[in-house]
Amino acid sequence: MSALATNARVVRALGMRSVRQTFRRPQLIAPIIIFPTLLLAIQTGGASGAVELPGFPPVQSFLQFMLAGAMMQSLMLAGNSGGIALAVDIEMGFTDRLFSAPIPRFAIVLGRLAGTAALGLFASLWFLAIGLIFGAEIESGVAGALMAIFLVTAAALAVGGVGAAIALRTGSASVVQGLFPLVLVVLFLSSAFFPQELMIEPAKTIAQYNPLSFIVEGIRGPMISGFDASETLDALLAILGIVVLGLFLSDRALRHRLRVG
Amino acid sequence: MPAIVVEGLERAFDKVLAVQGIDISVEEGEIFGFLGPNGAGKTTTVRMLTTLLLPTGGRASVAGHDVVKEARAVRSSIGVALQEAALDPLMTGRELIRLQATLQGIPTAEGRRRADSLLERVDLSAAADRRVGGYSGGMKRRLDLAAALVHEPRVLFLDEPTTGLDPVSRKTIWEEVRELNEGGTTVFLTTQYLEEADQLADNVGIIDSGKIVAEGTPESLKAEFGNPHIQLQLAQGSVAEAESILAPIGKLLPPKDGSKVLVEVENGAADIPRVVRALDEAGIAVEALELVKPTLDDVFVEKTGYHLEEESEENAEKAPVEA
Repeated sequence: MSALATNARVVRALGMRSVRQTFRRPQLIAPIIIFPTLLLAIQTGGASGAVELPGFPPVQSFLQFMLAGAMMQSLMLAGNSGGIALAVDIEMGFTDRLFSAPIPRFAIVLGRLAGTAALGLFASLWFLAIGLIFGAEIESGVAGALMAIFLVTAAALAVGGVGAAIALRTGSASVVQGLFPLVLVVLFLSSAFFPQELMIEPAKTIAQYNPLSFIVEGIRGPMISGFDASETLDALLAILGIVVLGLFLSDRALRHRLRVG
Repeated sequence: MPAIVVEGLERAFDKVLAVQGIDISVEEGEIFGFLGPNGAGKTTTVRMLTTLLLPTGGRASVAGHDVVKEARAVRSSIGVALQEAALDPLMTGRELIRLQATLQGIPTAEGRRRADSLLERVDLSAAADRRVGGYSGGMKRRLDLAAALVHEPRVLFLDEPTTGLDPVSRKTIWEEVRELNEGGTTVFLTTQYLEEADQLADNVGIIDSGKIVAEGTPESLKAEFGNPHIQLQLAQGSVAEAESILAPIGKLLPPKDGSKVLVEVENGAADIPRVVRALDEAGIAVEALELVKPTLDDVFVEKTGYHLEEESEENAEKAPVEA
């Protein structure tokens, strides 16, 4: 077996462990699925009249608009949960088991990110299923759904990289967990739950430059209207930027951890 | 060829020197017992030898590979069971060993076969599909050991493998370690239990404040400390006379109380009849007699000033030395 195939097998095994770990620990799966589902239910139940506001983009239903936001929330919290799980591994010494194995040490980070990406994939399927069951239409059809799945999966991996970097640098689950409110603040300062056009300053300007807005619009566009190449490109660039940042910070944090022990 | 060679190995944490230029040599197929009080530098040394921590000075090789320059080759040759068994409580025992097999590059089918065989070997087959979080301390240690063996390593590092275990679980681990060693595996064993080192180790190194303060076979270290002595409990008033009779037989040691005589003898148990006969001929009645052999604890106290097991029970921390 080639080195690449062996490493891919290691990443897959660690990714599968990461997914199992999430599903077996309620405090990790709850923020990814249950919390965003409840918020989606509350928002669509209580604020569906928002679609009548002047300036609200034309949508088939408020649920159709909100699906992208729920996916975004879920993937952000998947990244945070991935960071918490990695920090728990560090605290209990499980990473020593991984570090003492003859594998490239960055495979440990990639395994964790593979698991986070898999959770992003699961979240996208979950919310698409909820949307379809409750009558939301995907304007771009199957292609739009596939684009949403791809962007949510890739964005989960990207955000997971930042979570992994913080976990590796601090080695503390409580520190990573402490970022949970910050994740929500950043999310609410994007167009995840409300159209940018209807926001007031300074939230409007922040949302305009918030990379999460680019990602969420890339997911939402094909759902509520149709494909827009520039919107998709912006989303991909935002994800790529976060991926590069996350991997760079993770690599530095990993080297630091190995140096100081 | 030695399985482990350590030359002038150092590790500093900021201004604190945790390990101060130690030298160790462990032959292939040997069990090396590494003893020391808490904070002496045992775990730091093991972490450097297992490539989990970079040394800040000196060099070390394991299984013929440099721990810094050929770290990955070292990791392929070693099995590691670290202090406080690093197990994921949410995984099952079988999942953990299969994951370990994947990490070691063992093909899936072979990994499954080895996992089944190792679980049986450490008597965990029945619990293999239960989550590790529900295992007892002894089961966790046995699982940790099994995971460390999945790739049949040449050198096995066991960092305090029996700490906190009950005597029965401890003996099970000892038997497993002996069996592995008989199969040719070199074992580097850190422990706080002197009896464990005495029972298992071919050679022992004692580390204190980051420095090796004694090294040798348990027997040679004990012999260095002194010969065995016979402790005699005598009737009141006969101690002085007994001492004058026994002085030509062996060196008299300071007594612990007024009714006891301690006499160091060269030949151990073989000298007991001679001692008893001499006292009997003088009409001195012996109420009790005990042959006391030097223990590793005596050696440890001599070299470090601490009673190791008492110290470990108190979980005392010693301050490392400033660089």
